[in-house]
Amino acid sequence: MAELEAVIGLEIHVQLATKTKMFCGCELSFGDEPNVHTCPVCLAHPGVLPVVNEQAILYALQIAAALGCEVAPRSIFHRKNYFYPDSPKAYQISQYDTPIAGAGRLGDVRIHRAHLEEDAAKMIHAGESGRIHGSSASLVDFNRGGTPLVEIVTEPDLRGAAEAAEWARLLRETVRQLGVSDVNMEEGSLRVDANVSVRPAGTETLGTKTELKNMNSFRFLQRGVEAELERQRRLIESGGEVEQETLHFDPQSGSLTSLRSKEEAHDYRYFPEPDLVAIAPTEEMARTARESLPELPAARIERYVGEGLARDVAAVLAADPETAAYFEQVSTDVSGVEPKVVANWVTGELAAALRAAGGGTAAESKVTPAALAELITLVARKTISHGSGKTVLAALVEEGGDAQVIVEREGLAMGDDDGDLESIVAAAIAADPAAAEQIKAGNGKAIGSIVGAVMRETSGRADGGDVNRLIRAQLGL
Amino acid sequence: MAGILELTVAEAAAQIAATELSAEEYFDAWREAAAGDDLNAYLFHVEHPVDHQAMDGPLGGIPVAVKDIFCTEGTPTTAGSRILEGYRPPYTATAVRRLDAAGARVLGKTNMDEFAMGSSNENSAYGPVLNPWDRGRVPGGSSGGSAAAVAGGLAPCAIGTDTGGSIRQPASLCGIVGLKPTYGAISRYGMIAFASSLDQCGPFTRDVTDAALLLAAMEGRDPCDSTSVGIEGGILAPSREDLGGLRFGVPSDLAGAGFDAGVREVFEATLKWIEDLGGELAEVALPSAEHGISAYYVIAPAEASSNLARYDGVRYGVRAGGDGDLLQMYETTRSQGFGTEVKRRIMLGTYALSSGYYDAYYGQAQKVRTRIAEDFKAAFEKVDFVVTPTSPSVAFELGEKTADPLSMYLNDFFTVPMSLAGIPAISIPAGLAEPEGGGRQLPVGFQIAAPAFAEQKLLEASYALEQAIGFDAKPVGSDG
Repeated sequence: MAELEAVIGLEIHVQLATKTKMFCGCELSFGDEPNVHTCPVCLAHPGVLPVVNEQAILYALQIAAALGCEVAPRSIFHRKNYFYPDSPKAYQISQYDTPIAGAGRLGDVRIHRAHLEEDAAKMIHAGESGRIHGSSASLVDFNRGGTPLVEIVTEPDLRGAAEAAEWARLLRETVRQLGVSDVNMEEGSLRVDANVSVRPAGTETLGTKTELKNMNSFRFLQRGVEAELERQRRLIESGGEVEQETLHFDPQSGSLTSLRSKEEAHDYRYFPEPDLVAIAPTEEMARTARESLPELPAARIERYVGEGLARDVAAVLAADPETAAYFEQVSTDVSGVEPKVVANWVTGELAAALRAAGGGTAAESKVTPAALAELITLVARKTISHGSGKTVLAALVEEGGDAQVIVEREGLAMGDDDGDLESIVAAAIAADPAAAEQIKAGNGKAIGSIVGAVMRETSGRADGGDVNRLIRAQLGL
Repeated sequence: MAGILELTVAEAAAQIAATELSAEEYFDAWREAAAGDDLNAYLFHVEHPVDHQAMDGPLGGIPVAVKDIFCTEGTPTTAGSRILEGYRPPYTATAVRRLDAAGARVLGKTNMDEFAMGSSNENSAYGPVLNPWDRGRVPGGSSGGSAAAVAGGLAPCAIGTDTGGSIRQPASLCGIVGLKPTYGAISRYGMIAFASSLDQCGPFTRDVTDAALLLAAMEGRDPCDSTSVGIEGGILAPSREDLGGLRFGVPSDLAGAGFDAGVREVFEATLKWIEDLGGELAEVALPSAEHGISAYYVIAPAEASSNLARYDGVRYGVRAGGDGDLLQMYETTRSQGFGTEVKRRIMLGTYALSSGYYDAYYGQAQKVRTRIAEDFKAAFEKVDFVVTPTSPSVAFELGEKTADPLSMYLNDFFTVPMSLAGIPAISIPAGLAEPEGGGRQLPVGFQIAAPAFAEQKLLEASYALEQAIGFDAKPVGSDG
């Protein structure tokens, strides 16, 4: 049997950080006393009508612009009908066949659509199970009910669990940098569902998919998808068939339980919401949305790669706008140093030094971009060795200040000319003829003892690369 | 006392404004009259004292009977249903607030077909309303209580809602003026929804001038209703005395429609009046209008099935069977809370929206709706108004049509097309006719429809016609 390839699409719900709810004037909140942010509209009293939050439309247009989505000149709301206490109208106002945003792309993944809708209220089930079945009582908190949501649906372009989690992180960063959502998975302002299927590698037809609901961290998303892929592969390899169903992943036990099968799927009886008029964004609204976009992670990654950075290093820098800004400032302040070298210092040596000192980000640290730029320049000019550079960096992390001052205070500067180093190297070779012979015979490892001797003699100020070069030169290699 | 109750709203308001009439005395007289309700027109009388000091405005001091479909803060609001028994809304409908701002005050809440579903007021959970012209007959519906209150001398004016004829048909059957404005003229906020794309608030009055006064107070864009736009230029008291230069279209398809001989006679006599006033008659084609009832009875129930889903016993109103599981609570609450007709329409609407049936029913009905709107648009390129009888018959007997929903639905034959097209239409009393089975003479309404937002023109023409007809018949009083 051919290898089974993973086919994954994601559905992401983003709670918008507007001041008020999607269809009424109640304030958005998190963690407040239950049912204090309610009104006749969001409690669905008889006779009330929804009114669209204009800010939510602008935010949705910003998301659409960030994802390169086509914006519908005219999109409408539909009613999605279902009975449940978290839905006081017994329908959710959502968008169905005419979403505000159509096809787009983020990184390597195509966006199918993005639409506006309202969030349900929060149910709390008293009793052991924590679910409605078997609970002794169920309570509803309508504070969350009516919070504006944008649902983003991808094409099934992801090919693995790690890739899915990685892409979801990029999406979160993108939305976060737009400033339109808190994108906090634990608080539920970002929620990810995954549609998972497998198919023989190299084929095009989609297999039967299952839907994994509400995994509240990227780690759980990855583990849930992994578990489901594993389940589907085993099922098919043992001659079984995947059934279309909705699954719940329990991160504690790692188990998947069925929430509902295809037969139990709701008939939502969608129809156009007669209480609202169409959303027809003006050219000005669309332009405002486009122009308000900051440079987003995906674009920034491409720019960094173009400047010669490795893609994974570029991704680390682009993920956090403050770190990215820090990196760019250091790159401007150094002289004669490639951005690639600066990037390695920021994501490598500086990150390690910060971790060793107890954490924190570069931008928050005592190491100013100017100080780091000076340090990198000193190392690049071989005024100090790379090893000394680390020592200086640790001092900068600890106390801040100026790199040159620390270099002088600690006496870390290397000799003024290569002549000193050459004579130290010559002495070291002379002191260890056995090693010299071995090196000449082709044993590369033997060079270590002579390098070590030079380093001891120079108190570590010498540059390892230079020492290596000089030893070989003097041995005529 | 009888004297002040004879005044029209415009006359009373003018006298109150000129301090010739005390607002307090006027209001109390109507409160007393309303308390003598022997038609089951009212569900609740407003008991609390009215602040007569604050009654400034064009309707200063005028009591209004309000259909119990409008939310009134702190006052019971049931929409004629058991499921909202005891419900007191935390807010007031925009239309009522606007009347209040114009100086009018709520006199009481009037009986109605449950959730406005009906054409006879026999679908109220609180008993049928009797027609003041003949207490063995229906007042029409669904705003039967409002129509009967005005016709029966229990209120000087009233408001109701019209989804497929629920203002015009009872106005016709009770011999008063009933106006359904353009969809979007008056805010629907606070009006309990039956079919959201059709529902529209409007006045019941004794004459056209009063209808204009109430419309002027209520119309306008409301930020709480995205579909409201108001009427550009507002509404003024009508004053036109002739119909010169105006063309009235009579649908050619009317010939085939089944309606009573007596209704036909009054209709034709009214056409004669139009010509006498200088108006011109022309035949217009509304080829899709005959499918109006079929389309309406898909669209309205479909929207209703969704609008009424919120009555689930969770947050307000009646809850039954709460000690079992959730589904059982929903089922028991809704089985006990809703009446037969409401359940029938929820079933119809749920079916029409179901996956696999949507295109054949809801989708098709929307296409018919578009065609009907296009028919009217084409007609209004040739004529200023379209005229029809309001109802195929005069008031029918209580119980006469309850066993046959289809014959009941056909009562809306002449009124539904305008609702589907969203255009304004008025019913004015045009004469009396004997019922088909014989009996006392009963009122016959004449319907005039106009292009969207042409209310002022509609009121002017209606006023001229009303003056000419001079309909002054009154119900004979409570003689059983």
